[in-house]
Amino acid sequence: MKTNACMSSLAELSLESAKWKLKFISAYFRRKDANAALLSNFEVFQLLTDLKQQRKESGKNKQSSGQQNLNTIMYETLKYISKTPCRYQSPETVKEFLIAMKGHKLTKAEKLQLLNHRPVTAVEIQLMVEESEERLTEEQIESLLQTVTSILPGDPDEQQRDSAMATEDKGR
Amino acid sequence: MFVLVEMTDTVRIPPWQFERKLNESIAEELNKKLANKVVYNVGLCICLYDITKLEDSYIFPGDGASHTKVHFRYVVFHPFLDEILIGEIKSCSQDGVHVSIGFFDDIVIPPESLQQPAKFDEAEQVWVWEYETEEGAHDLYMDIGEEIRFRVVDETFVDTSPTGPSSAEASTSSATEEVQKKEAPYTLVGSISEPGLGLLSWWTNS
Repeated sequence: MKTNACMSSLAELSLESAKWKLKFISAYFRRKDANAALLSNFEVFQLLTDLKQQRKESGKNKQSSGQQNLNTIMYETLKYISKTPCRYQSPETVKEFLIAMKGHKLTKAEKLQLLNHRPVTAVEIQLMVEESEERLTEEQIESLLQTVTSILPGDPDEQQRDSAMATEDKGR
Repeated sequence: MFVLVEMTDTVRIPPWQFERKLNESIAEELNKKLANKVVYNVGLCICLYDITKLEDSYIFPGDGASHTKVHFRYVVFHPFLDEILIGEIKSCSQDGVHVSIGFFDDIVIPPESLQQPAKFDEAEQVWVWEYETEEGAHDLYMDIGEEIRFRVVDETFVDTSPTGPSSAEASTSSATEEVQKKEAPYTLVGSISEPGLGLLSWWTNS
């Protein structure tokens, strides 16, 4: 009897401490810089694929009840990111891209958007770069587009089609 | 779209997991606690990035489990203001167009932020952009399942933690509590009222 009473009060204690923990965490977040570092889609893509590989290798003897949330979010996020241009990127292309971007005087957020979306038209550039009419001339926008499309790999099927059409035009 | 957030928490490892490596148990516990959950004023937590610091583990009287304070970094979905995102139209209603990105569904584009002029087609329950050219007005339908490019203009965090027993008003507030429960903890408001935004098919050159 005594142990039962003990256990229930322990349970209450842990519930109380859990509530305090939650409050502690949210209070902590308000103090810490919540945007500690921006991550590109490519980095998250790499992280999730590595994690998926790791979990597959270590076998399926984990308690699946608690892991369901992680499985769901990993699956959905990978599904979404795999449809974006980051699936063709590699650490080298990202590095090359960032070096090439140094001359264009763009903010971190703008470079990140260009990296994640790989714009191919001037309209898209205008969306991602703030006040692009004042900061960039038409030639600069063109050269920016050129840099983006040449360094960041796009959909290989589309690129084949585009080059095929270009050679057709040249033939005429 | 994603950010790295530094957090601290105390992780409890029960005794039957002591044989496992501490780092692994802690990583699993943290993912169990935070993955696919929204943290107030932070965002939707995706997965653990790394553990930066592990403090000493303590065992408290009465509980055989070890408690360890952990400093770690977590990948969180939290688009910054004015970021451009591409999603899929989930549904349309009088409140606007509801967009989803697969892992996150609570994105709404209110009617005033659609490409103007826009009207709601009651018969098909879709929003329509009445695009005017020299030939006349084209009706561009925003169908379900179409990919849409939008700009994030606002975000709202709602604290959905349980408020505890509200004593006398228990019966009357049960209805309002139901409504509160349905409210999403994290919602984004988007806009497509700029050139280049909206359905991808509206802006492709081919």
